Amino acid sequence: MSVYTYYPGCSLESTACEYDASVRAVFKALEVELHELEEWNCCGASSAHCVNPLLALALPARNLALAQSLGHDLVLPCAACFNRHKSADYELRHDPDRRSELEAIVGFRYQGNIAVRPLLEVLTIGVGLESIRGRVKRPLGGLKAVAYYGCLLVRPPQVTQFENPENPRLMNQLLETLGAEAVDWSYATECCGGGLSLTKSSAAARLVNRLAERAREAGAAAMVTSCPLCQINLEMRQSGTQKLPIFYFTELMGLAFGLPEAESWWGKHLIDPRPLLAEIKSLQPASAKRDW
Amino acid sequence: MSRIGVFVCHCGHNIAGTVDVKAVVEQLQRNGDVVFAIDYKYMCSDPGQQLIRESIEKYQLDGVVVAACSPAMHETTFRRTVSAAGLNGYRCESANIREQVSWVHQQNKEAATQKAIEIAESIVEKVKRNEALEPLILPLTHRTLVIGGGIAGMQAALDIAEAGYAVILVERQDHLGGRMAELSGSFLNFQAAPDLLDRKIQQVLSHPNIQTLLNADVDSLSGYVGNFRVRVRQKPAEAEAPFVPLDDLQPLTYTFDVGAIVVASGWQPYDRARLPEYGGGEIPDVVDGLTFEAMLRSGDVIRRPSDGKIARQVVFVQCAGSRDPEHGVSYCSKVCCMYVAKQAMLYKERVPQGQAYVFYIDIRSAGKNYDEYVQRAMTDYGVLYLRGKVSRVFREGDQTLVWGSDTLTGRAVEIAADLVVLATPMLPSNGSVELGQLLHISTDGYGFFNEAHPKLRPVETLTAGIYLAGVAQGPKDIPETVSQASGAAAKVLQLFSKNEMTSSPLVASVIEELCAACGACVKVCPYGAREIHPIWNYATVNAALCQGCGACVVACPNKASQVRNWRVEQVMEMVDALV
Amino acid sequence: MNQDFLQTVEALSGEPILLCFHCHKCTAGCPVVEEMDYGPDRILRMVQLGEKEKLLRSRDIWLCATCETCGTRCPNGIDIAKVMDTLRMEALRCGVTPAEPEAAKFHKLFLFVVQTLGRSHEASLLIAYKLWTLNLLADMDSGLQLFIKGKVPLMPKTIKGRHQVKRIFVKSAEAVAKEQSASGKPAPAQEAK
Repeated sequence: MSVYTYYPGCSLESTACEYDASVRAVFKALEVELHELEEWNCCGASSAHCVNPLLALALPARNLALAQSLGHDLVLPCAACFNRHKSADYELRHDPDRRSELEAIVGFRYQGNIAVRPLLEVLTIGVGLESIRGRVKRPLGGLKAVAYYGCLLVRPPQVTQFENPENPRLMNQLLETLGAEAVDWSYATECCGGGLSLTKSSAAARLVNRLAERAREAGAAAMVTSCPLCQINLEMRQSGTQKLPIFYFTELMGLAFGLPEAESWWGKHLIDPRPLLAEIKSLQPASAKRDW
Repeated sequence: MSRIGVFVCHCGHNIAGTVDVKAVVEQLQRNGDVVFAIDYKYMCSDPGQQLIRESIEKYQLDGVVVAACSPAMHETTFRRTVSAAGLNGYRCESANIREQVSWVHQQNKEAATQKAIEIAESIVEKVKRNEALEPLILPLTHRTLVIGGGIAGMQAALDIAEAGYAVILVERQDHLGGRMAELSGSFLNFQAAPDLLDRKIQQVLSHPNIQTLLNADVDSLSGYVGNFRVRVRQKPAEAEAPFVPLDDLQPLTYTFDVGAIVVASGWQPYDRARLPEYGGGEIPDVVDGLTFEAMLRSGDVIRRPSDGKIARQVVFVQCAGSRDPEHGVSYCSKVCCMYVAKQAMLYKERVPQGQAYVFYIDIRSAGKNYDEYVQRAMTDYGVLYLRGKVSRVFREGDQTLVWGSDTLTGRAVEIAADLVVLATPMLPSNGSVELGQLLHISTDGYGFFNEAHPKLRPVETLTAGIYLAGVAQGPKDIPETVSQASGAAAKVLQLFSKNEMTSSPLVASVIEELCAACGACVKVCPYGAREIHPIWNYATVNAALCQGCGACVVACPNKASQVRNWRVEQVMEMVDALV
Repeated sequence: MNQDFLQTVEALSGEPILLCFHCHKCTAGCPVVEEMDYGPDRILRMVQLGEKEKLLRSRDIWLCATCETCGTRCPNGIDIAKVMDTLRMEALRCGVTPAEPEAAKFHKLFLFVVQTLGRSHEASLLIAYKLWTLNLLADMDSGLQLFIKGKVPLMPKTIKGRHQVKRIFVKSAEAVAKEQSASGKPAPAQEAK
């Protein structure tokens, strides 16, 4: 498939705008079409299912209703949005009573003709690591990072259907394909407390700092994520002076592809990754000025 | 004209409360073939049976109908009574006027009585035409096949051999002792397993009545109880042909005739790859119970497999896969609570300054002195028991972290362990389902063999002549295994107590003149009891295999096949009596 | 012991709470159990025993991060995060003051914005949240940075179909209210505010 329906989600229009920019740039470079779903609505994130589980299914169901008429698989960059839409799709597919209820609330007939897929899977499997490898112009040799999958991409496993929830490997394989070193560690799916970032920031800070410490102990200089909530939480709640930069995996793809627009993304981060990138010699642009 | 006696039972209130028994007697007396009819309170009682015997003599009866409870209850009783009076047992039948009349038509006494009369009349018609049959006598081979050379198989073999009967013991591995040989010490007394086993193994190997075949497997089985024919395949040992590559050697095949089979095929441990949150089998310092036994057996102090350092913090995780319908097996493996206590105590003896932790959900120590034994681990050996299931085991640096919990304080607990021992489930041995198919015995969803009745028949299967012993039937410890093995042996000896077997004569027979040798009955027989005689060209019945189901009667286009005492003409007369 | 409450929670959450044999694996893996009063397993035990008051007033239900680790690892397949969702819903319906007021306020504001615009809008959400929780100075530096980097647009984005979204909110609330009154009792007026 070389056309996908794209659901950016609310964060990618604001606090995670560099994620959105990198996704679009990477898809363009891979010559895969992305059509943004018109008139998409907010999926409800955590707040909806925290107070009204039916609403939490109905909001994504409206997006599914819009997407199914386009006929292409729906790809979601945000792990939380993916989890919400996949849960709604799961209920619509497996529970006939729920389906009637949701169809009545939203006003549509569920067809089940499209798949709801996370961005990581669409790129590494849908498009394929071989195609990605083919586009790498500047391998990220020297970059040691941990792949951080977070919670909502992998759990609950019967809904998300994404790899082994205790030991996922797709992002690791992607990083290796880009030439970076995906450092092994045991916290790839441990919660960062993103949902509590504003409401109980002390808990989020504890979880974030534990993750950062473990990543450092494993020998990583950065963390790579696929969720805007994780990314901003990991950036905002790290304490201390030596903070680890947090990348979106598509940003690293753009960097490895040699896309010029990649330079515009780093300034958007709260923890500036440029000092780290400067250290990694192989990432120096070919036309770097030399001081004779 | 026949001389049938009809005996109508009241069964206390059970029948007489609904059916007018006197009316039944009166009606049946009017039947031309009935020379005597009477009612009585309890036909199955001693006086009741006495009444039948006396009546047979007094009235020269040549057939008896007892209108009472279901034949499943007392057919055998009444047949014996009748035989004792000198009349052939198969000229006696039960007319079921309890389960089929009084128990189900309590609201309508008139109709019930009428139905009872009709049923009794139809059985009179049957008995009139019954042949006087004798039970079949079948040969019985006094030899037993025991499948599995672990403690269960060896115990059963020894018990049967000591009683004077020949045993063939077939073992898949190249040595006897099974899983018990892999243990270090046993719980309760720490006695080393090799010491316990060696004597047994020596007894088995030197017993004149036991032929032991190692590296051998059962290849095929045919026949029936008392007369099985089994083929065993044995891989040749290297010593037999020292210059020939092992792969080129042909396996040896043996064929035996045996009368009984004891299945003691044992168990295998669970694959740790099925426990991803506990490392998925990839962390060297996370082992299972059997592996830890090997570490204890070496006699050395306990060391971490990863780097050989002495293990000072050892965590035991109970229920690692058992009692877990979502990710593992739903059953409890029964022995882990006990062996973990044992392993923890043995560990403390090797590494006295070490600390052992046990995470549990419940402690199941339901044997003699079992609970006191587990208490000793806590009180005398300082093993720390934490009630809570472990959520995750993973590697951090050079240690293995365990995230568990203590229900009793409600706190999460993190332990940095040197070694983690998982008490994984006991699964039935590899190939148990296939073995079951070969032997025609059933297995449950997990591959454990099904016993004939969970409460009352724990060592038999539903296939006559095949018995079960040990973990092959379900998880259990050594004392239970030995008990069950001796129980299975007792059943075999019960079978062998006679030189012949008797079997019901109510089997199919063939009217040779009517048989066209079309073969339809052969195809349709579920028990493989039919074949077309190669010379005389008519169908023959293996009376021992035939169960009298009647499928051949339906299939035969010429009505050549009939089941004895259930001939088509009998059934037609019975139907006529009813309508 | 209040069997009604157990049945209500089971019906609304769809989870087989009686299958729990309290192995505590959920508590062992929960990332926020340190901040909680009881932990996921004790929450389930209280549901089993019908301790409605304690549950609806607990902090735990508002601290749950819905990371789904508990449900994924439970030997009996009970999704405790879903049970937490149900308890939150019940607490709001019964008018119990949330023990972690920030969480409830955040959710209310978030959903209000989505109901109005059809999409989320950080700027108005964050300002309203800070005012309501009187927590004006927290995260000021990162907040300012985000604003400077253009990541907190002041102009809200909306969609033409926002009235459809509003209708979804209304209909969902009606459907849930019906479910709740069918399985439980109507919202008690005497619940302490």
